[in-house]
Amino acid sequence: MAETIFALATAPGRAGVAVVRVSGPRARSSVERLTGPLPARGRGLRWVRSPDGEKLDQALVLTFPEGASFTGEEVVELHLHGAPAVVRAVLAALGQIDGLRHAEPGEFTRRAFQSGRMDLAEVEGLSDLLQAESEAQRRLAMRSFDGATSRLVEDLRRDLVRAAALIEATIDFADEEVPEDVGPEVQALLDGLISRMQAEVQGAAAAEMIRDGFEVAIVGPPNAGKSTLINYLAGREAAITSEIAGTTRDVIEVRMEIAGQLVTVLDTAGLRETEDQVERIGVERARTRAEAADIRLHLLAGPDAAPEIAVQPGDLVLLAKDDDGTRGGISGRTGAGVDRLLAALSEELERRVAPARATTTARQAQAMARAMDGLLKARDLLATAETADLAAEELNEAMRALDSLTGRIDVEDKLDLIFSSFCIGK
Amino acid sequence: MKHRYDVVVVGGGHAGSDAAAAAARRGARVALVTLRADTIGVMSCNPAIGGLGKGHLVREIDALDGIMGLAADKAGIQFRLLNRKKGPAVQGPRTQADRKLYKAAVQSALGAYDTIDVVEGEVADLLVEGGRCVGVRLADGSDIPAGAVVLTTGTFLRGVIHIGEDRTSGGRMGEQPSVALAERLMDLDLKLGRLKTGTPARLDGSTIDWDRLEKQEADPDPELFSFLSTHPHAPQVACGITRTTERTHEIIRANLSRSAMYGGHIEGVGPRYCPSIEDKIVRFADKTSHQIFLEPEGLDDPTVYPNGISTSLPRDAQEAFVRTIEGLENAKILQFGYAIEYDYIDPRNLRATLELKALPGLFLAGQINGTTGYEEAAAQGVVAGLNAAGTALDLDEVTFSRRTSYIGVMVDDLVTRGVTEPYRMFTSRAEFRLALRADNADQRLTAFGREIGCVGDQRWAIFSRKMDKLAEARARVSEIRLSARALADAGVNLNPDSPARDGMASLQLSDVEFNTLKSLAPELSGIDPAIGRQLKRDALYEPYIERQAATAEMIQRDENTRIPSNLDYGNLSGLSNEIRQKLEAARPETMAQAARIEGMTPAALLLILAGVKRMDRERRAG
Repeated sequence: MAETIFALATAPGRAGVAVVRVSGPRARSSVERLTGPLPARGRGLRWVRSPDGEKLDQALVLTFPEGASFTGEEVVELHLHGAPAVVRAVLAALGQIDGLRHAEPGEFTRRAFQSGRMDLAEVEGLSDLLQAESEAQRRLAMRSFDGATSRLVEDLRRDLVRAAALIEATIDFADEEVPEDVGPEVQALLDGLISRMQAEVQGAAAAEMIRDGFEVAIVGPPNAGKSTLINYLAGREAAITSEIAGTTRDVIEVRMEIAGQLVTVLDTAGLRETEDQVERIGVERARTRAEAADIRLHLLAGPDAAPEIAVQPGDLVLLAKDDDGTRGGISGRTGAGVDRLLAALSEELERRVAPARATTTARQAQAMARAMDGLLKARDLLATAETADLAAEELNEAMRALDSLTGRIDVEDKLDLIFSSFCIGK
Repeated sequence: MKHRYDVVVVGGGHAGSDAAAAAARRGARVALVTLRADTIGVMSCNPAIGGLGKGHLVREIDALDGIMGLAADKAGIQFRLLNRKKGPAVQGPRTQADRKLYKAAVQSALGAYDTIDVVEGEVADLLVEGGRCVGVRLADGSDIPAGAVVLTTGTFLRGVIHIGEDRTSGGRMGEQPSVALAERLMDLDLKLGRLKTGTPARLDGSTIDWDRLEKQEADPDPELFSFLSTHPHAPQVACGITRTTERTHEIIRANLSRSAMYGGHIEGVGPRYCPSIEDKIVRFADKTSHQIFLEPEGLDDPTVYPNGISTSLPRDAQEAFVRTIEGLENAKILQFGYAIEYDYIDPRNLRATLELKALPGLFLAGQINGTTGYEEAAAQGVVAGLNAAGTALDLDEVTFSRRTSYIGVMVDDLVTRGVTEPYRMFTSRAEFRLALRADNADQRLTAFGREIGCVGDQRWAIFSRKMDKLAEARARVSEIRLSARALADAGVNLNPDSPARDGMASLQLSDVEFNTLKSLAPELSGIDPAIGRQLKRDALYEPYIERQAATAEMIQRDENTRIPSNLDYGNLSGLSNEIRQKLEAARPETMAQAARIEGMTPAALLLILAGVKRMDRERRAG
C-alpha cells in the first residue's frame, strides 16, 4: 500500500493560517486519531489533540476523497492558527502515528502526476506558478498550469498522427487499392506543423526572458545622475548618491516590475579612465555587466556627448540631468521624463516578450525543437528519396519528442529533476 | 512416463504444419492429427503468400528453418516485391501460389521429417491430468497421450457460414466432432470474442474475357522467400486487373438487406482492412469504382480468385453483380462467396509462448487466437511448436522480442493487447521496423534458431558461409577511402568539398549503391553482388538503428524486469480503476508487456515499477 505523507503546505513562520496537508490511503483515518470522526468529503471545525489528549489547536479540517483531490489520493487538510509552535506540535503529533511519514520536496505534486491528475507540462506550470513574482510570470506559468501547453501538444499531435497515418497507409496498403495520392495532404500537414513549432521554439526564448526577468543597465559618465535616477525609480535609497564623482564602485541591483515584467535595474559605476585601483575594477565590472544586460539606458552628459559604450538595438539614449524636462531628457532628481522613459521601456519589453506562446520552459522547447527537427528531415526525405520508411521513422521520432513534452513517455530520468525543484508541501 | 509422442498437433492448416515441423526440429516426436491427410497445407482463402508484414513473417519462419517459405517458393507463380520504391525496410515479398503445388510442397516437407506421423482422425476431447493438458482423445475413443498439445483448429468454435440468408454450421472441422472439445475449452472459463471474415465467389477463368483487361506481370527479377532458394520452380503468370462499375454498386446497394453482413445476421467484428464489397460500398459511398485483382489459383486450374469483392450476398445477387464487371460479363461462378463467423479465444489468455495460462501443456496457434492470414498462422505455429516441444522435452522456453522479429511483435501484440478485429500483420506494427527487414531475417534469427535447436545443419552451413562473406566484404569496404570529389563525380549528390569517407560511410548515402563503390574502387569487384546489396542495406539503416538502439535498450531493461505474478494491483494506490482492471485481466509478465496495454500511462508504469521494487525489497528483507 502507498505510504501516507504529510507536510506543512504554507510558508513556515508566523502567519494568519497555516495549512498542514496529509495525503495517502490512511490520510483520514490517521487525522481522525487526532480530531475524532471526520466526514469523507467536506469540512468541519475540530479540536486537534496530541496522542495523549492535550488540545493543540482548533482547526478547520477539509477532507477530499480519493480521486477528487490535488494528489488524486485521499487528502486531509488541517487549517491551523499560523503560529510556529502550533504547527510544530501538530506535525510532531502526526509523526507519531504509525504509517505516516513526512513528505519529501515535491512529493504531493509527484503523486498528482502519478495518479494522472496532472501531466508534466502542468507540473512545470505549477512549479513556475509557485515561484512567480511578476504579473507576466504568473500569466506565463498559468499557460502551462491550466493545460494550454498540453492542449497545444494534443493539437500538434493530432496533425502529426494524421500525417504519419497517411504515409503508413501508402506503405502498408500498397498491395491493395492504392489510396489516392496523399502527397499534397502530407505536405500541407508537415508545413503547418513545422511553422507552428518554429513559432513555439522562438516563443520559448521569450518565455525564458519572462521567467528570468530583464536586466536594464543604466550607463553613463560619472556623476550623470545614474544613482539618483535608480533611486527615483525604486522609490527608496538603493544606491548611495553624492556629488563626488565615482561614488558607485560596485554594481547595484534594484528589482522592480515594469509593464508586468520583472526588471532588475543595474546601477553601474560611472565609466571613466581612473587611477583609483578600486574604482577601476568597478568600472570594468560595470562595463561587462552593462554589455551583457538586456537593455541599456545610456545617459549623456550633454546634447553633443557620445554614449560611453556601444548602443545595441532596443537601447535607450537620454540626456541626463534634464531637471526641468525642457530638453527631452531625464532627471532622477525631479522625475522629469521618467514617465516617457517607462513608456519606452515598457514598449521595448513588450516587443521582446510578444513571441511567448504555450511552450514555456527550456525542457519543453528542447522537446519541441527535437520534434521539429524530425519533421524537417521527414519533409526532405519525402521530397527527395525513395525512402518512405526513413521518413516514417523521422515522424515517429517527432512523435516521441512531442510525447515527452507532456510526459507520456521517456520521462523516468527527468522526473527526479523536475520534482526536486518543488518545496515540501507541494 | 514415456509416450509414443512428445507433441500432438491438432489441425493441418498453416499453423499446424509449421507447428509440427518446428516441434520436430527441436527433437520432438510429433503426431499431427487431422481429419484428412490430403487436406494438409490447403490454402482455404486467397491463393497468395506474403505481402507487407506478412512477407516479413515468412522470411522469419524460413530463417528458423520452417516450411512456409520453401513451400511458397516451390508453388510461386507470380513473384512480386511490394514497395520496391519505398525503402528496403518496408519491402515485402509476395507471390501468387498454385494451390496444388503449395499443398504438395507442404506435405512433402512434412514427409521429410521422420519424427512426424500424420494421424487421420477427429479430436473429440483433450486429456487433462492434474491441471495439465496431456494429450487428446479421438472420436473413435482412442487416446494419444503426449507431453504437450498444440491446437490449431481455425474457426471451429461456433463457426457459422453465411451466404445471403442461408446459414450452415461449419468451420474447418465441422461442428459435430468438436462439440466436446469446444465444451472442454468453454469449461476453462476463457474470455472469447466473435469475428467474421469473408471470401469472394470463385470464377471459371475460361469464361473471363482476359483480352480486354489490364495485366499485372510478375517481377522480371523475382525476390523469393527462402534464404535457401535461388530461382522460382514454376512458370510465372500474370494476374488480371478489373474494376467494379456504377451498375455493380447499384445492385449491391439494392440487395444490402439480404446480405448476411448487413441484414443483421452477423454479430462478429470484421476486419477494417480487406473489407467485403458491401462494406466498401457503404463506407466509401462516394467512390464509383473499386479495383479487383483476378488471381489464378493454379497453372492447370481454371479457377480464378477475384480479390477485392468478398461478399455474403445471396447467390442471385452475386451472379448479377459479378456480370456488371468489365471482362466478367459472361463469367461463370464455380463457388459462391460466403462469410464465416466464429469464436476466437482472447489471446490475452495466453503466455508469450502461446501456452494457455489456464491449462498448461495446451498451446494455441492461428485463427483460433483471433488472427487472419496464412503467414500469421504459420508464425504462431512455429512459436507454439517450439514451446510445445520445450514443454514435452524439458527444454528452455522460447520467446521472441519485438526488437528482433515480427514474430515477437505479433505474439506480444496478441498476448498483451488482445484483438478487436482479425489481427493481420502490418509493417507499422513494428516500432523497430528499420531493423526488422525481410532482407536480414536470417541475420536476426538464424543464429538464435540454431541455439534453440531448430535450425538444421544444411541451413546453418549456408548461413555461416553467408555471414563469413558479409564480414569479409564489410572489412574490405571499410578499408577503402573515397574523396567526396570522386563520389560527386560519380553522380552522388553531396558537397565535393566535404571530408573523405570510408566505404561503409559512403554506402550510408542514399544514392550510393554497391555498384557505385565498385566503379570507384575496382579492388572490390571480387565481392558477390548479393553480398554487396546486403551491405548497402545494412549501411543505409545503420545510423537510424543506432539511434533506435537507445530506445531499444530502454525496452530491454523493461523486458528484463519481470512482474511477480502475485503483484496486488489493488494495493497500488494511484492506479485508475480502468487501468487496474486491465492489469488484472492481462496480468503482464514483464514491464514491457505492461507498457503496451492499451491506455497505459507512464505514471501508472512507475507505480507498477515501484510496486515490483517494493516486493523485491520485502522479499529480500523477509
